[in-house]
Amino acid sequence: MRAFPLSRREFIKLLGGGIVIFFTPGDPWAMLQEAQRRGFDRGYPKDFNAYLRIAPDGKVSCFTGKTELGQGVQTSLAQILAEELDVSMESVDTIMGDTALCPWDMGTFGSRTIKYFGPALRQAAAEARAVLVELASEHLKIPVERLATRDGFVFDKKSPEVKVSYGDLAKGKIIERHLDPKPPVKPRTDYTISGQPFGRKDAVLKVTGKAEYAGDIRLPGMLYARILRPPAHGAKLKTIDLREAEKMAGVRIVRDGDLIAVLHSTPDVADVALSKIRAEFDGPTEIVNDETIYEHLVKVGPAGEVVEEKGDLEEGKKLSTKLFEETYFTPYVAHAPLEPHTAVAKIEGDRATVWASTQRPFGAQEEVAQALGLPLANVRVITPYVGGGFGGKNRNRQAVEAARLARLAGAPVQVAWSREEEFFYDTFQPAAVVKIISGLDGSNRLVLWDYVVFFGGERTSQPFYSIPHYRILSRGGWTRAAEGAHPFEVGAWRAPGSNTNTFARESHMDIMAARIGMDPVEFRLINLTDERMKRVLLAAAKKFGWSPAKAPSGRGFGVSCVNYLGTYVVTMAEVEADKKSGVVGVKRVVCAQDMGQVINPDGARSQMEGCITMGLGYCLSEEIHFKGGDIRDRNFDTYEIPRFSWLPKIETVLIDNPDFPAQGGGEPPIVNMGAVVANAVFDAIGVRLLRLPLTPARVLEALRKEKSTLANSWLAPRLS
Amino acid sequence: MIGVRKMNDNIDFKINGKPVSLSVDTDRMLLWVLRTELGLTGAKYGCGEGFCGTCTVLVDDEPVRSCQYPVKNVRGKDVLTIEGLASNGELHPLQKAFIKSNAMQCGFCTSGMILEAYSLLKKKARPTRPEIITALDDHLCRCSSYHRILQAVEAAAQEITQGGKR
Repeated sequence: MRAFPLSRREFIKLLGGGIVIFFTPGDPWAMLQEAQRRGFDRGYPKDFNAYLRIAPDGKVSCFTGKTELGQGVQTSLAQILAEELDVSMESVDTIMGDTALCPWDMGTFGSRTIKYFGPALRQAAAEARAVLVELASEHLKIPVERLATRDGFVFDKKSPEVKVSYGDLAKGKIIERHLDPKPPVKPRTDYTISGQPFGRKDAVLKVTGKAEYAGDIRLPGMLYARILRPPAHGAKLKTIDLREAEKMAGVRIVRDGDLIAVLHSTPDVADVALSKIRAEFDGPTEIVNDETIYEHLVKVGPAGEVVEEKGDLEEGKKLSTKLFEETYFTPYVAHAPLEPHTAVAKIEGDRATVWASTQRPFGAQEEVAQALGLPLANVRVITPYVGGGFGGKNRNRQAVEAARLARLAGAPVQVAWSREEEFFYDTFQPAAVVKIISGLDGSNRLVLWDYVVFFGGERTSQPFYSIPHYRILSRGGWTRAAEGAHPFEVGAWRAPGSNTNTFARESHMDIMAARIGMDPVEFRLINLTDERMKRVLLAAAKKFGWSPAKAPSGRGFGVSCVNYLGTYVVTMAEVEADKKSGVVGVKRVVCAQDMGQVINPDGARSQMEGCITMGLGYCLSEEIHFKGGDIRDRNFDTYEIPRFSWLPKIETVLIDNPDFPAQGGGEPPIVNMGAVVANAVFDAIGVRLLRLPLTPARVLEALRKEKSTLANSWLAPRLS
Repeated sequence: MIGVRKMNDNIDFKINGKPVSLSVDTDRMLLWVLRTELGLTGAKYGCGEGFCGTCTVLVDDEPVRSCQYPVKNVRGKDVLTIEGLASNGELHPLQKAFIKSNAMQCGFCTSGMILEAYSLLKKKARPTRPEIITALDDHLCRCSSYHRILQAVEAAAQEITQGGKR
């Protein structure tokens, strides 16, 4: 593979000719951020960041820096392309996440692929089709107006047997086009592929064991590494004795500063060798643990930034006839993809190739280049199938480790984290605290919303209820938070910030509804002017069979609403809460979603089902226990994630809104799960839990407090 | 975790219907022997302690967690991995049903799920949904395609019993 930078002309030659359409996905935020962040040229032809190619064999390929993590974009992007270009799904390839073949992309997160990349891809395909029709017009000597396209051919509308294939048109040509001016795209009513349910393009590979993940890469002479890890974050190596490990046949030990690894031609023997290293570490002194963290976060929270405000809080207070004040708590949560972080690195001379399990191949490329002191263009990152990411694989520590070790060893090296390492180095969803003071006027309309979130981040904190006086204050975000806030790293977790903010907002809505004795759906409806949200709420209520009642009704019904970056979701749940054991079982979940135009309805529903079930985890059981930098949960025995037996009955509703642009679907439905279940638990047994997850112990304690003291003494950590 | 490194031993067994003869430390776990000595990477490492099920393979049709299963235990036995499930290029009904139901996302748990279900259907041709849940409950899917996996297993059971193929 030749290195960039190349001229576009050289670049096309390298691709092997054909017809190439360059385009720039219109993600203005990403482009702006990138332009601001980088003061240097990445070396690619600069004026595009994706392209598609029609090869002389008729194959159509889309090259994009996005990655397939399981969310299914390899399939839905292919649908968009096949639809607009009039080719079959079988003839479309999506080549993803290879930094040498694909133009730069910020990363695969935030439910952005279809929303921002999709329209540009559609436009590019329309351009390609226009080019093909022009070429066919010359070839067939028939005017453009008389030509149409179908299934990889351009044909004469008057006599359809007169036709030429795309492959034949691309043969022997090197044609490049840019998206300017933009040709029209197909009207939605002509769609036959986009909007239809399609099976995954990767399904056959995945059911036969042939899908290749980073850990399945085998290179001649490759060594498997196991790396010495500290027992806790912040612990420093004091003494080390390598003698026993060194005695093992075939084992090599390499060291570069703090990076100490054993290498062997098999991973399990490397593991044995690692266990023979005797190392002592200076333990860091415990600062916080999973109980004291909330008080700590509130104490160290920076002054923060106003995310959004309207009116005047004092005025809102004056208008309020009832005030409600509550504080909500969400813990550190692990990503726990079933594939731990893995990478294989090969170094030849001054060039490095890294196969990495990552959501950010171009980020990995930069990090590896920096670690090795190589120019960016000399590092190629290839992304095989990724065994789940959920935000955790935005960080590429393992890729850097593999690259450093490959250089030290002078041989290709695989670094595949153990499950313990995966928990230890995970960038958890940050623990967070939300304080809300709200007010209702005499007709139960919201007039005050004073909202402060500590370290949760701002996403979905903006109210979509109609409130004349509000202020949203974010004190410490979810990205690498202020120095000293967290005892380990935190980062984006599926729908970052939103699981916390929505748990707080929607729990608070229900608290108000319950205190004024109003049905929680009705209470939301009288405080909504957003017609789109009302429609989704009513659709969910209809599917669920919601009948108005004030909570707690004993039925165990809950509701929660969210606007996640333009996708509207309303979730309703029915739970059983056992007063004796404290166990909460979720029986049924209805989820209605308005994501605008839907590309692959089956894919979208699959994401909804996955989000709902995964969301039960952070709602009911998932919480990282720790003492300072010592992570106590290191495997699935103590860190329980949802399994088959937890499965509720799930019903999904996709709201028909095809004229609204396609929005993201990989994250939105997970956001409601904390509040919808907490609200349903309150409806079932009359106790309000303000802290996730809703463990049996917390439910029992809440019941005990409710009995012994006041009706509104809710379970929460104490804040001074 | 194996203890003191031992000398290699010869071991014979069948892998996906074909005899294989290896010279390995037979205390090594089957998962690593499959993945490194035999080039069969369909069984995955997910947790290393038998909690997640991604490493599941069949030994004489019984599911085992290969990350916890020393290779010496397969001496003279039949090992089936996901790579051996299709026969003569024809996918097994479970594989077809997983495709049809879109019963996977990232795909990392898929091999283990299918093999566990295969073993279940061998024992009980038409399991009830609660029986499928019980059989598969120690298999984790972080993408949470559980719902579709159940549908796929039910569809495959129906296909197999109607089509006569086991």
